[in-house]
Amino acid sequence: MARLLVTIGSIFLTLLGVSVVIFVILRLVPGDPISMMLPPGATDEVRANLERLYGLDKSIPAQYVIWLRNVAWLDFGMSTQFRLPVTEIILDRLPATLELVLLASLIALVLAFAFSVLAVWLQVDSATLAIDGLAGLAQAIPDFLWALIFILAVTLFAPMMPISGRFDPRTAQDFATNFYLLESLVTFRIDAFAELTRYAVLPALALALPLAAGITRVLKGALEEAMAQDYVMLAQTKGKSRLAIVLGEALRNAMIPTIALTSVQLTFLIGGTVLIERQFSWPGIGSTAISAVINRDLPLIQGIVLVFALIFIMINLASNELYRAADPRLRTVR
Amino acid sequence: MKKLLGPLAGTALAANVAFADDSTLTIAYNVSLPSWDATVGVSAVNPTIQSIYKSVYDQYIDQNPDLSFRPGLLTEWGWNEDRSKVFMVVREGASWHNGDPVTPADVVWSLERAGKEETGNPIQFLWSTLGNFTVDGNRIDADVLRFDPTIFKWMAFLTAYVLPKDYYAEVGAEGFEKAPIGSGPYMVDEYVANSFVRLKRYDGYWGEAPEFETVIFKFLPDASARVAEVETGASDITLEIPYEEYDRLAAKDGLNGVTTPVSDIGMIFINDVGVMEDANVRKAAAHAINKDLIVDRLLRGYGVPIDTLQAPEYAAFTAETTVAYDPERSKELLAASGYSPDNPVKFKIQTTRGFKPKDYEMIQAVTGMWKRVGIEAEIEVYEIAKHFDLRARDALAPAAFYNWGNSIGDPSTSTGFSMFGPSPHSTWDTEDVDAMIGPLWGEDDEDARIAGYQKVDAYIAENAMVIPLLQFVQPIIYRDGLSVTPHVANFLLPQNVSSN
Repeated sequence: MARLLVTIGSIFLTLLGVSVVIFVILRLVPGDPISMMLPPGATDEVRANLERLYGLDKSIPAQYVIWLRNVAWLDFGMSTQFRLPVTEIILDRLPATLELVLLASLIALVLAFAFSVLAVWLQVDSATLAIDGLAGLAQAIPDFLWALIFILAVTLFAPMMPISGRFDPRTAQDFATNFYLLESLVTFRIDAFAELTRYAVLPALALALPLAAGITRVLKGALEEAMAQDYVMLAQTKGKSRLAIVLGEALRNAMIPTIALTSVQLTFLIGGTVLIERQFSWPGIGSTAISAVINRDLPLIQGIVLVFALIFIMINLASNELYRAADPRLRTVR
Repeated sequence: MKKLLGPLAGTALAANVAFADDSTLTIAYNVSLPSWDATVGVSAVNPTIQSIYKSVYDQYIDQNPDLSFRPGLLTEWGWNEDRSKVFMVVREGASWHNGDPVTPADVVWSLERAGKEETGNPIQFLWSTLGNFTVDGNRIDADVLRFDPTIFKWMAFLTAYVLPKDYYAEVGAEGFEKAPIGSGPYMVDEYVANSFVRLKRYDGYWGEAPEFETVIFKFLPDASARVAEVETGASDITLEIPYEEYDRLAAKDGLNGVTTPVSDIGMIFINDVGVMEDANVRKAAAHAINKDLIVDRLLRGYGVPIDTLQAPEYAAFTAETTVAYDPERSKELLAASGYSPDNPVKFKIQTTRGFKPKDYEMIQAVTGMWKRVGIEAEIEVYEIAKHFDLRARDALAPAAFYNWGNSIGDPSTSTGFSMFGPSPHSTWDTEDVDAMIGPLWGEDDEDARIAGYQKVDAYIAENAMVIPLLQFVQPIIYRDGLSVTPHVANFLLPQNVSSN
């Protein structure tokens, strides 16, 4: 119970700190939403009126207190560019981002596990070299460049692959939630699931490749280290196959550093959605964040940053729990 | 494997078949539309999204592709003799997308709403110049509270859209954002922010019915994605792509291209501070720039060099005012102020990078040309928001590159607002220019007003108080079988696209 209260308290304090930093920074950097909307001919009175209208005429501390008071009631204010409540915008677009991140994570984990296990199992220099080379290449190219490469590749080799949006804009969607992929899966709408996956696969792959490379390097290293341990030799003397030893004995111990790395990399992956969503016109919170920044939509930026911060915190908490589950020694540590 | 790929292969095939659907026009568009209220907020004054607004809403007054004016929801308009009143006649037979008729009450409500401070219309200062509206049948009369000779031109410009009074009252501001209706040729069928909007042809439209039953604007801010969309056939048409790509695609089988000089110019703002108070330095900077070379080499010929803030299609354009490329004269002018290539005058120039075609490269070329005559300019890259902020605070560097759109082509909305000191958009503020522009704001003789601005432009050019560079060209790529009428106002209107 005490641990739970400490955790909740630390989450609250972290979010409060993030909110202060983002609120102040946004108001100190040059460029404000009023300047962006002043047309030719606007007078100083027009500017003053718009500042009053959007609450920007008050001091920064006063603005912060008002904003924080509203946030306590989950009211993040109105977006100046979308002219809708920030809370509504975030709730509307977050599912698309979460699905993209989930798919990218799945792809990354599958690729990383497959290549790591393959390399350690085969013990062939050429295969190890090839896997290391591929991992190096995947990690050296940032996600947004992978996106560009995929877009160009589609033009040349796969014109049927979509490169924009989350679904075919000529079709109407009749989902009850905004988790289209998950909903189509749990309701067994296989055609819809396949079509949605077709739209998601390229942005997810662009996000997944650098992540997969990072996990592969760590997991492969950890597996190789585990394979040199005494308990592995003992298993070998019992006549177990190498693949069975890799999967049954070494993998469990190799999981601990992998979980730690994956949780860190996941936060980068979520950050990566900002560019990837824009490149693929993916209607998630990442593309919304970038248009909010370009248009200096202060309430929306503040709301999105807080949500990102909350997601990062939750990922860290989840990884801590996974870490504890994977390493029994940590369960008794207070 | 075949079984595994079955669903994917099936949908891919279906997609290809659907792309050949002649009743749907898919546009790979360069910007996203954030808000459906075309009269309030940031979106309302964003020129790049007006194409979508103009597909859904009607303006009070419309514009032909060559910028000339034509009736919109108003069929007649004008002032009385002493300019104390205006009249407007509302079109009969126009209806909203929910079937209700468009009435003079809608027009009055839209104008009054736009003129109120609390609605947040950024052009409220202009709309509030009219008041005391009266309606008689389809005719509206109003008092001119403050005379503005451009009020009717503004009725075809930013925020000049007629919205449905009763529907807006019924659904409220948020409800309107979620389910907008207008009286234009297309109605909103589905909108996914930052992804696409699907429009359906409105069969009750008062004007000529557009050819395509469905129009999809895909929001693709990434130019490479737009190129790929049109190249793969996923979109029928795109715009604002690099000129190198335009040339490549236009030469490709199955694709066509059209380019048009548009109402958007690239210019170097001069701030009257420091060395820029020296007329010799400003004039030397202006004469040292070879605009033809910039257009030919950097923009592959896609640009029109200009010497005033008026593009050839604008009302106050005159070919008589020119600024010659004369680097020798630049050297003489600088020498008169004690500068030379060995002892250059130094200042900072700000520019965007990637916001307009080759913006940064253009400024690199300009600074290269300046260096040869004795000007050493340090380049600072800024983003759009910072430019607006600095411009509003009159804190731009001595030289600053940016663009200036003016789709109604009036000199007040180019020279007027960018060079009149009290305007928050002016970087140059001196009494001599203010004294010339000031009386023109209220000039009721249109010929005299235009002639007055031409004089101002000549004076500004002579004294190099701003350095206009070029008029931008809009490149459009479209698939075979389409016919596209480009619009000088930089619009890409689906109602101007047809099959041939």
